[in-house]
Amino acid sequence: MTTPALRLEGLSKTFPLGRTLFGPERPGVRAVHPVTLDVMPGETLGIVGESGCGKSTLARMLVGLLEPTTGTIEIEGAALDNADPAVFGKRIQYVFQDPISSLNPRKTIRQIMDAPLKLLHGMDAAQRRARIAEIFETVSLREEFLDRYPHEFSGGQAQRIGIARALAAEARILILDEPVSALDVSVQAQVLNLLADLKARLGLTYLFISHDLAVVEAVSDRIAVLYFGSVVELGRAEDIFRAPRHPYTKLLADSAPVVGRPLTAPEAKETELPDPLNPPTGCAFRARCPRASERCAAEVPMLAEDAKGQAAACFHPLGG
Amino acid sequence: MSFLKLLARNRLALGGLVVMGIVVLLALLTPILPLKPPNITDTGNRFLPPFSDGALLGTDHLGRDLLSRLMWGTRLSLAVGFAAALVAASIGAAIGIVAGYYGGRTDNVIMRGVDMLMAFPYILLALAIVAALGPGLMNALIAVAAVNIPFFARNIRGITVGIAHKEFVDAARLSGMSDARIILTEILPNVVPVIVIAMSTTVGWMILETAGLSFLGLGSQPPVADLGSMLGEARSALITNPHSSIVPGVMILIIVMAINLLGDGIRDALDPRLKSGALNRPLPATLVAPTRQPESQQNEGILTLDNLQTQFHVKDRVYRAVGGVTLSVKPGECLGIIGESGSGKSVTALSVMGLVASPPGLITGGSVHYRGEDLVGAPYRKLRTLRGREVAYIFQDPLATLHPLYRVGDQLIEAIRVHRAISREEGRKKAIELLEAVRIPNAASRVNDYPHEMSGGMRQRVGIAMALANDPEVIIADEPTTALDVTVQAQILSLLDDLRRERGLAIVFITHDFGVVGQLCDRVAVMYAGRIVEEGPTRAILDAPRHPYTAGLMACVPELGGGRRRLEAIPGLPPAVDDLPPGCAFAPRCDRATEACRAGEITLDRAGDRALRCIHPVEPQEAAR
Amino acid sequence: MTRYILRRLISAIPVLFGISVIVFAIMALIPGDPATAILGSFATPENVARLNEDLGLDKPLIQQYFIWLGNMLQGDFGRSFNLNRPVLDEVLERFNATLVLAGTSFVLCSVLGIVAGVVSAANQYGPADKAITFVVLLGISIPSFFLGMMMILTFAVNLRLFPASGMWPIFGDRDLWALLRHLTLPALALSVVATGVIARLARSAMLEVLRQDFIRTARAKGVPERGVIWRHALRAAMVSIIPVLGIQAGFVLSGAVYIEVVFQWPGIGRMLVDAILRRDILLVQGGVVFVAACYVFFNIVVDVAQSLLDPRIKT
Repeated sequence: MTTPALRLEGLSKTFPLGRTLFGPERPGVRAVHPVTLDVMPGETLGIVGESGCGKSTLARMLVGLLEPTTGTIEIEGAALDNADPAVFGKRIQYVFQDPISSLNPRKTIRQIMDAPLKLLHGMDAAQRRARIAEIFETVSLREEFLDRYPHEFSGGQAQRIGIARALAAEARILILDEPVSALDVSVQAQVLNLLADLKARLGLTYLFISHDLAVVEAVSDRIAVLYFGSVVELGRAEDIFRAPRHPYTKLLADSAPVVGRPLTAPEAKETELPDPLNPPTGCAFRARCPRASERCAAEVPMLAEDAKGQAAACFHPLGG
Repeated sequence: MSFLKLLARNRLALGGLVVMGIVVLLALLTPILPLKPPNITDTGNRFLPPFSDGALLGTDHLGRDLLSRLMWGTRLSLAVGFAAALVAASIGAAIGIVAGYYGGRTDNVIMRGVDMLMAFPYILLALAIVAALGPGLMNALIAVAAVNIPFFARNIRGITVGIAHKEFVDAARLSGMSDARIILTEILPNVVPVIVIAMSTTVGWMILETAGLSFLGLGSQPPVADLGSMLGEARSALITNPHSSIVPGVMILIIVMAINLLGDGIRDALDPRLKSGALNRPLPATLVAPTRQPESQQNEGILTLDNLQTQFHVKDRVYRAVGGVTLSVKPGECLGIIGESGSGKSVTALSVMGLVASPPGLITGGSVHYRGEDLVGAPYRKLRTLRGREVAYIFQDPLATLHPLYRVGDQLIEAIRVHRAISREEGRKKAIELLEAVRIPNAASRVNDYPHEMSGGMRQRVGIAMALANDPEVIIADEPTTALDVTVQAQILSLLDDLRRERGLAIVFITHDFGVVGQLCDRVAVMYAGRIVEEGPTRAILDAPRHPYTAGLMACVPELGGGRRRLEAIPGLPPAVDDLPPGCAFAPRCDRATEACRAGEITLDRAGDRALRCIHPVEPQEAAR
Repeated sequence: MTRYILRRLISAIPVLFGISVIVFAIMALIPGDPATAILGSFATPENVARLNEDLGLDKPLIQQYFIWLGNMLQGDFGRSFNLNRPVLDEVLERFNATLVLAGTSFVLCSVLGIVAGVVSAANQYGPADKAITFVVLLGISIPSFFLGMMMILTFAVNLRLFPASGMWPIFGDRDLWALLRHLTLPALALSVVATGVIARLARSAMLEVLRQDFIRTARAKGVPERGVIWRHALRAAMVSIIPVLGIQAGFVLSGAVYIEVVFQWPGIGRMLVDAILRRDILLVQGGVVFVAACYVFFNIVVDVAQSLLDPRIKT
């Protein structure tokens, strides 16, 4: 059995609320409930969920920008518990959602590209020049861009620069946090295809986070569905939306606008996300769930695999 | 060096710069100018009027030459004012950056201290410091600087917090940068302009303050005088010999005014929002160019756009956001307008009721006919009575589009009351009915909610309820579900679909999502670079797109259920609408383009119920492949 | 709401404590023997001994501070040897006069400033905007003490419209009319700078708000332009104007020092300047602490007003 490229064990995040002057100390807001996941080398794991489901919090913990409340992160079998960002940086990198705001407006592209090469790999000027040329070639950017400032680029070009910077650190795992959702529709496909090429060529491992079901499905090997801070379903990309086991996954799949499908509200009730300050007991989805029973209010369901290896955190899974 | 250019373009700031330049130059040259010694008393010649022999500005109560004292005093006042500003800005900025960057406890402790200092009316603190240290110019400088540190610290902290949460700071951290390096190379360069702005707008103020302390006798001590103490000493002779007061007073006024003009100029030149003219106040209705040629109504429909053209004029650039759009919508029909950002679809929608922000927006051609009447160029009064009553809008981000400080019920009631007089109780009843119509649970209690107390989906329902308030004929929905999650989007779309069938509404639905169009719209128009490239019944277009752009766009958007795959990408970028190529705007990205495509105008040709702007269309059998 | 006010009042306690520490620390900077410094020319050995006893001046600083604080909390601010009366009596009397002057100016500058700013923004780049902008620039550039002097010269000496100084006529009735006549010039002179600052801020806040999406929504509903400006935009702009009103109140209070000196207004600012020049330390200390404490409470009022206006502030 191969060692996973990335292993999360019981990773969770609770944001403290601070205390009120008169009242008792409040419990924090739990943004991510303990998550345990393996990502195999060369795999793309998609993480999909709606706003507020904790997907960005999860991603920021993975690259050390947020301290996890509990749990551990292992990269290629070695625990990653050092808070030094330089250590994180060489092993795991991050591609940001908003390509323009992820580039310092007052630095040239060359200065931005230099930082990881100099600080993570200690290269001298000549080495850096050669390496930058090599990376730019890989992501099909012209070298004349290097002396320009970020505001001179379109979103798609800026995102290529962001990817180039992540590659410069030579980490083998990339966290892609909504990498195309800020881009024009006709440019999204260019960036997605570039990412696919890079992965094949450089043997990278991706964690691809998005709210767009169709995009995640198109790029991922496996997909984890997040709801209210928990993984509710995990399975192969080609199965998970076609034959969902968790009712929430089914709701997502039914809600996605698809040409030719008649417009009906997939939910009879006009309900929305639970209040994070006042989380429900048991299954967080039960108030919206047509299959909810008393057990769902009493116990929190755990992820359980079916015969085909598709795991769902539900007491009454579909098709089972 | 665009900064200097921008500054020079501002005539007032340039004037301030010139005046300041002269004053500073004179102050620097004072020691070598042929002036009388400033502190030698000559009581025989006291209170000589201005333009006396040997005393151009006259003399003061001790017979000292006012011109000489003025020059030396200016020198002193400028030096002290600038020094105080520099000290306050450096210390304040350092405190602010540290507090803002590190946040948490550090921030808390520092800002508590700053708040304490700001709890004093500033002069009390200055007076207390001077009381303790004793009167004197140096002590006045210390007092003024100390009192202003909290203002800088708080201002800079706010900016730093904003920058420290930007993604590029996270990226720098992942590039292996230490905190100190991030502060110096990532934060500081972005904060410096703000420090410069804050300094340039407060130097004048600091000169005033030090002059004030001297005026009270707490700053510079006799016989040496700065402008403030000159004024203070002259006060007792104000009525008998006003010139000795007016001379230093006017000098302070000139200096501070020049500095303020210059400071405003610097602020405007450094503030990027002003460069784009974004701080312009949008007029009540979009401006219409006097050269506009109205068009007659070309199609049937309750609302028709006839060769509508809307442009943005920013500085010397012209952005042709809408380059001649002809569309129509019939009662009960849902028309989709689909395109990428920058395709002009939103501007088209906003142009209908004159809601394009203007300046810089300008309708330069064409007409919008509502029930046969041209709305472009109609008087504001006319437009206002139609807005919301006949043609209503639903906007994209429901948090930003509802007024944050009014209850949603009051906003609904207002929407009705601006068009017809009803009592408050009646309005409230109607508001609850509207909320029920958009299926908001517990409408009777939610009517008292503020927008921030609702979720995104509920807010958008309020937005829809507001559009329905006066039973309009047409609703223009500008990406109403783009900001919403997919499960909420499904709820909102089905609500809109039901409403239009129940009420026979005509809907113009703007989106970038083919799936949404396919589910909701009867007809669809595809926009690219400000023009319609293809139009027709939704089914027909989706089944067999003829324009290469439509076909390409559909192919590069994955659809759920397709499994893992490589996507067809359209190469290149959408064109900038201030620099459109001649001929077909899509030609540079199109693999079917020929010379003819780039040569000249391609017309939108109508055949049956479809229209197409292409000379090499995709054939149906190709698309089926 | 009551809870919020209560909370704000409680949170003022550490601020007041901090203020007393700062004032005490600054006063501790005075070189030499404190008793001698306080008494100045009244420093006879008996006086020094009595003061050392009363204020614990021979004890360590920390202990001195708590003695001073304890005395203040009991309403004992010490005694001014120059004036030979309790500090608190003098401060209260003078503060009344300042309150009349600064209060009037504050109301004046708030109303004028906001109206000018809104009119200016609503007619951006129009003649009204240009005129207001110019006057405002003049207002924030002119030293208030110089403006006061010029007003005396013009309106009191040359035109004889208003009295040149004081709060009450030396002879005659102390009625409201007399007060208003004496108040007009100083109140105007004092409000000019703050009016300018508030007008500039109100203008930019309005311009900022006017391009928000909810203004477009109001227009799309068919709200008439007057309603858009005064009901929708101004209400939202007030959220950023009100805190500045709080800060400007501090500036008006500060400016009152100059104006009181120029117009011989018997307020606390003039008292403080005189006290500093005469080195009447206890009077300075007591006056500063008292005014600062009042300002803290004024700012609580501002915060409460803000929370009434903006429902997004958690109360």
